[in-house]
Amino acid sequence: MTDAALIWSYLTQGPLLWLTATLIAYWLGDTFFRAMGRQSWANPVLCAVILLACVLGLTGTSYQTYFEGAQFVHFMLGPATVALGMPLYDNLRRVRKALLPLVAALLAGSVTAVVSALAIGRAFGLSEVMLASLAPKSTTAPVAIGIAEGLGGEPTITAVLVLVTGIFGAIIATPLLNALGIRDWRARGFSLGVAAHGIGTARAFQVNETAGAFAGIGMGLNAVLTSIIAPLALHLFR
Amino acid sequence: MIPALAIILVFQLIGEVATRSLGLLLPGPVLGLLLLVLSCSLRPALAEMLRPVVTGILGHLSLFFVPAGVGVVAHLGQFRSDGLAVALALTVSTALAIAAGALVFRAVVKRMGGPEE
Repeated sequence: MTDAALIWSYLTQGPLLWLTATLIAYWLGDTFFRAMGRQSWANPVLCAVILLACVLGLTGTSYQTYFEGAQFVHFMLGPATVALGMPLYDNLRRVRKALLPLVAALLAGSVTAVVSALAIGRAFGLSEVMLASLAPKSTTAPVAIGIAEGLGGEPTITAVLVLVTGIFGAIIATPLLNALGIRDWRARGFSLGVAAHGIGTARAFQVNETAGAFAGIGMGLNAVLTSIIAPLALHLFR
Repeated sequence: MIPALAIILVFQLIGEVATRSLGLLLPGPVLGLLLLVLSCSLRPALAEMLRPVVTGILGHLSLFFVPAGVGVVAHLGQFRSDGLAVALALTVSTALAIAAGALVFRAVVKRMGGPEE
C-alpha cells in the first residue's frame, strides 16, 4: 500500500502522467467520434475534456498539476497556427479569383461574430474578463487563445467557448443556409469557416469539397482579421 | 522532419519577436502564418518541404486545445452564474455571422455578375 502511494506521489511530480492521460483521452474521444459516424455533437475534444475533467475530479488533482504535463501539448498551438498558412497558400489562386466577395463576406462575418457577441454579452452584464474571453470565439482555437490572452481574457474560458461555437455552427449551418436559400458552395463554406473555424471547416468538407476548401480559407483569413477587430470592438464596449 | 519543424518554429519565433518589439495587435503565431504564406509564394519548393510536417500537425489540430479546454474545471463557478448570457451571446452571434457572411458573399457575386459555383 505504501508502495502504491509512493509511486503515485512520484507520478504526480513529473509531466509523464498527465501528458500520457491527455493523449489517451484524445485517442478515446477520436475513436468515439469515428464510431458515431463523425457526428458534430460527438466532438473528440469535447469528449476528451469531459473525460479528463472526470479523472482530475476523481483523483483530486488540481488544474495546475495537470497543466505541468499537458503544457507540452498546449505549446503546439503556436506551431499549429503557423501551419494553418499552408491551406491558405494552397488556395491562393482561388482566393484571387473571388477576391472581392471573399473580402466583403470576411468583413461581414467577422465583424458580426465579434460585435454581436459583445453586444449581447454587454446587455446581460458580463464582466470585462468574460467579454474579452468571448470576443475571439469564432476564431480557430490557437489564435483565439492568443487573442484572449492579449486582451486580458481567460484563455481556458476562451478554449471552451471556441469549442462550443464550432460545434454549434457545424450543427446549424446546413439548415440555416438552406433557409436563406444560399446555394453557392463557396459562400456556404466560407461563411461557416469564418463563423465556426476548424470544426465548421471539418463539417463543410463532409458536405462538399469546394465548401471545405473555402471554409479553410475563411478560417485562416478570420484568424488574421479577428486579431485586429477584437481589440478594437472590445474597446468600444468598455 | 526536423528541418521542417525548425523552420515552422523560426516563423513563430520571428512572429513573436516582431509583434512584441513593434507592439502589434496580432498574436505572434498569426504573423508566423503570414510569413509562411509569403515564403511559400516566393519559394514553392519550401511548401513541398514543409508539407509532410504541416499535414501531420494539422491532422491533430484539435488535440492541441484539450489542455486549455480542461481548464473549464477551474472556471465552472463563473459559467454557472454567467451561463445563460454566454450561451445566448454565443449561439445568436454565431448564427448571425454565418448568415451575414453567406448573404454578403452572394450579394457581391451577383453584383459582379459572376457565376455561382
